Amino acid sequence: MNNLNLILPEILISLAIMFLLMLGVFKKNSTELVFNITLIVLFVTAVIIFNEALTINKITLFNQSIIIDYLSSYMKIVALISAFLVLIISSSYLKTVKIFKIEYPILFLCSVLGMMIMMSSNDLIVFYMALELQSLALYVLATFDRDQKKSSEAGLKYFVLSALSSGLLLYGCSLIYGFSGSTNFNIIANQLNSNSYALTFGIVFILVGLAFKISAVPFHMWAPDVYEGSPTSVTLIFTMVPKIAALTVFIRFLYIPFFNLIDQWQIIIIFLSIASMLFGAIAAIGQTNIKRLIAYSSIGHMGYVLAGLATGSNEGIQSSILYLSIYIIMNLGFFSVLLMLKRNNQYFEDIKDLSGLSQHHPLLSLSLLLILFSLAGIPPLAGFFAKFYVFKSVIEQSMYFLAIIGLVTTVIAAFFYLRIIKIIYFDKEIEKYDTDHIIWLKFSLLFSTILILFYFIYPSQLVEVVAKINII
Amino acid sequence: MNFPILSSLILLPAIGSIFLFFSKSNDNKNFIVKYIALFTSIVNFLISIYLLIAFDSSIPSFQFVEDKIWIEGFINYKVGIDGISILFIVLTTFISLLCIIYLNNSVKTRLREFLIAILIMESFMIGVFCSLDLLIFYLFFEAGLIPMFLIIGIWGGPKRVYSAFKFFLYTLLGSVLMLVAIISIYWISGTTDIIRLYEEGIDPKYQNLLWLAFFSSFAVKTPMWPVHTWLPDAHVEAPTVGSVLLAAILLKMAGYGFIRFSLGLFPIASETFTPLIYILSLAAIIFTSLIALMQEDIKKLIAYSSVAHMGYVTIGIFTLNQQGLEGSILQMISHGLVSAALFLCVGVIYERMHSRLISSYGGIVSIIPKYSVFFMIFTLAAIGLPGTLGFVSEFLILMGSFIDSFLVAFIASIGVILGAAYMLWLYKRVVFGDLTNTDLAKMNDLNSTEYFILISLAIPILVFGFYPDPLINIIEASVKNLIESHNLNLISKY
Repeated sequence: MNNLNLILPEILISLAIMFLLMLGVFKKNSTELVFNITLIVLFVTAVIIFNEALTINKITLFNQSIIIDYLSSYMKIVALISAFLVLIISSSYLKTVKIFKIEYPILFLCSVLGMMIMMSSNDLIVFYMALELQSLALYVLATFDRDQKKSSEAGLKYFVLSALSSGLLLYGCSLIYGFSGSTNFNIIANQLNSNSYALTFGIVFILVGLAFKISAVPFHMWAPDVYEGSPTSVTLIFTMVPKIAALTVFIRFLYIPFFNLIDQWQIIIIFLSIASMLFGAIAAIGQTNIKRLIAYSSIGHMGYVLAGLATGSNEGIQSSILYLSIYIIMNLGFFSVLLMLKRNNQYFEDIKDLSGLSQHHPLLSLSLLLILFSLAGIPPLAGFFAKFYVFKSVIEQSMYFLAIIGLVTTVIAAFFYLRIIKIIYFDKEIEKYDTDHIIWLKFSLLFSTILILFYFIYPSQLVEVVAKINII
Repeated sequence: MNFPILSSLILLPAIGSIFLFFSKSNDNKNFIVKYIALFTSIVNFLISIYLLIAFDSSIPSFQFVEDKIWIEGFINYKVGIDGISILFIVLTTFISLLCIIYLNNSVKTRLREFLIAILIMESFMIGVFCSLDLLIFYLFFEAGLIPMFLIIGIWGGPKRVYSAFKFFLYTLLGSVLMLVAIISIYWISGTTDIIRLYEEGIDPKYQNLLWLAFFSSFAVKTPMWPVHTWLPDAHVEAPTVGSVLLAAILLKMAGYGFIRFSLGLFPIASETFTPLIYILSLAAIIFTSLIALMQEDIKKLIAYSSVAHMGYVTIGIFTLNQQGLEGSILQMISHGLVSAALFLCVGVIYERMHSRLISSYGGIVSIIPKYSVFFMIFTLAAIGLPGTLGFVSEFLILMGSFIDSFLVAFIASIGVILGAAYMLWLYKRVVFGDLTNTDLAKMNDLNSTEYFILISLAIPILVFGFYPDPLINIIEASVKNLIESHNLNLISKY
């Protein structure tokens, strides 16, 4: 019974999903209600987890298949809060493109449930189940705008490629199970001391599967197409929430079951990191669609996150988590702007549509300017500190090569961020956009801009929170 | 000192710019905007003057030091000034004030944004000159790119986008290696606090690499040959005020960085790499002077002359003796004033004729005599004629380099002749000669604002040219201290 108390957040969400399904089916025109209840559930769950995190240090449940520690609690809170914000700012978009249906919040909630279990998983089977739960819901969300060809295409593409990666992942899991004799992470960690090819294969397959989920190069191919094709609100979800869950699992895999084999996986992670940073920066230069550009930029940012993971130290993990947290804040702001670019009930996705935005919308442009400079990692904005912490931990491990490549790619990446700024500030203005946005959209833009701009005044706050995460 | 005077100096322009952003003014004259900006910069200038008076030049160590925990157990927010930085701070507030006065009377489009950018820029520049922690320095150093990028890009000439990108990416690429070096210093020495690093020194086996990393950043910013190519582009396309800020202050950040960090932190490596600096600086002086001779665009000519002048600065710094270093600092101050004045002079005629080509002018001396007089003063100051600050500084630099190497001093002296050649030739072609272009006859002479700005630039150039003692007094103790600790480091490490 005690165990059940601890997974109350997951139980609450499960019950909410079932209740909302019933409510949605039997009550006519209940979309607004379902939407609001979903928001409340997300918020309440975050509060419950926050309370739990204050008292629980580290605990394993259900025969050690679920773990609740500071890492999972922190990441769950971040995921839930970003899920909350994502949902709340996309309501006006959903209404405008006429996909404001009860299934949307419910599917999203399913996916969040999957992620939460995933973040707490301490067992291969639990992990895989949770992963599939979150992915399946996301496939459907990607195709949610089913009358649009692109949306269906995106969903199908995502499904097929994701299924392939799940297959690889599962194969890796089976190899690991075969050689360690257990599905439990802690037992695997004790068993994996020997050095055999098959084990390395297992690790590689699992890493490939996970790299696919966070869209690291060379397993990124799905990202640009899916990001572009999906409805913008779903793209927003893709760039934020699943990444949090995938990173948590990534950390757990690398630092609990596989930690003894750090020599084997470190080089793989370094490769993934460098490839993602470079490819993300270079490929984004030629893009004309903002959503595709964001896809490549997020690939690049995942490269920096992986650079922190490659260090094999607690500081490295903390810096990765910090990076992701700050990235999410910047992303939230960027998409808030994207969801504001509306004229005559039509949204704009081409970079050229931003042309001369600063003439009519000075405040909006200033926010976007700060967000973009922050994404490029220019001090004194928050994005700089994110990169700084990562490279600080990378250099601590004397991985100068990785640090130099990483910093040089920030210069390449700065180019395409500057290009957007150029279009906003230097080019000729076009027609004015609507200004009657819902309050939440303004709030999230303001929230992220202020955090980005004033992060430098008191940067230790977030560091202190993250510093409690000790895996090794 | 309880009152955080340096922090208020840094913060005041930023606060002023926030007021500017939210101020409402719908009339075309933009009175409120103009006065807020003017008021902020005047107050800041007065504070810096107060700082200059309160500053005790007999003490070589840092004064007005503020030290607050910023990132727990890692980095402290630490600012302070010594004899070297105080001059640059006053230069910054002075030039910014003149820029804002000039802007208020010339720019019509998006004036508010321009003033905001200038004020933010001023904050960052002051921050650079008084930070006593490597990371704080880096923050200010890099942050300055944002407003400058916008100034070039929004208010610049026809090729502004290309120039703005080139400026931004060049400097950013140079600087990222410095960031790696700063983090490495943190792991090697356990601190990024400059005062502590001065005392403890950095392990000699790392010094060469770290020096090179810092060099890559400062060389781009100085700019040294052959990574100077962004400067002419940026200067030509930037609006007048942008060029002024760029030449007068931004370039000085790198010279200041060389003195403060390359010399102070890596004495052994500085000694090792002195020949490299000499060669690059001499190449800069000779080549860019020759290039400047052939320019058809006035702004480009002055931009190339800036590269040559900064060549003297780097030579002077790495002579590592009292004369050379003092000469370099004075040269930076002098070049800050003179180049600002020259770019303003170009701005004045550009505003009337909308041409920067030398060939479209000629014979304007009889039409705008007042302007011609001022242009003459600044041209001569750029050449380094006795009686101007340029002479004092170039003389000290050449003297310092004679102690170190005859050849360097000899080649550098050739550069002085070339400098006189291109500047005088420029002056002759623009001001004298026949009045071929009849449109020129309609030009008005200086209005009162321009008159005021140019005269306030000419006064310090001439006064300190005749009597440089006050300036030298301020920097002397700090420079002496720097050289002594440098020599001490060399002896103890070898």
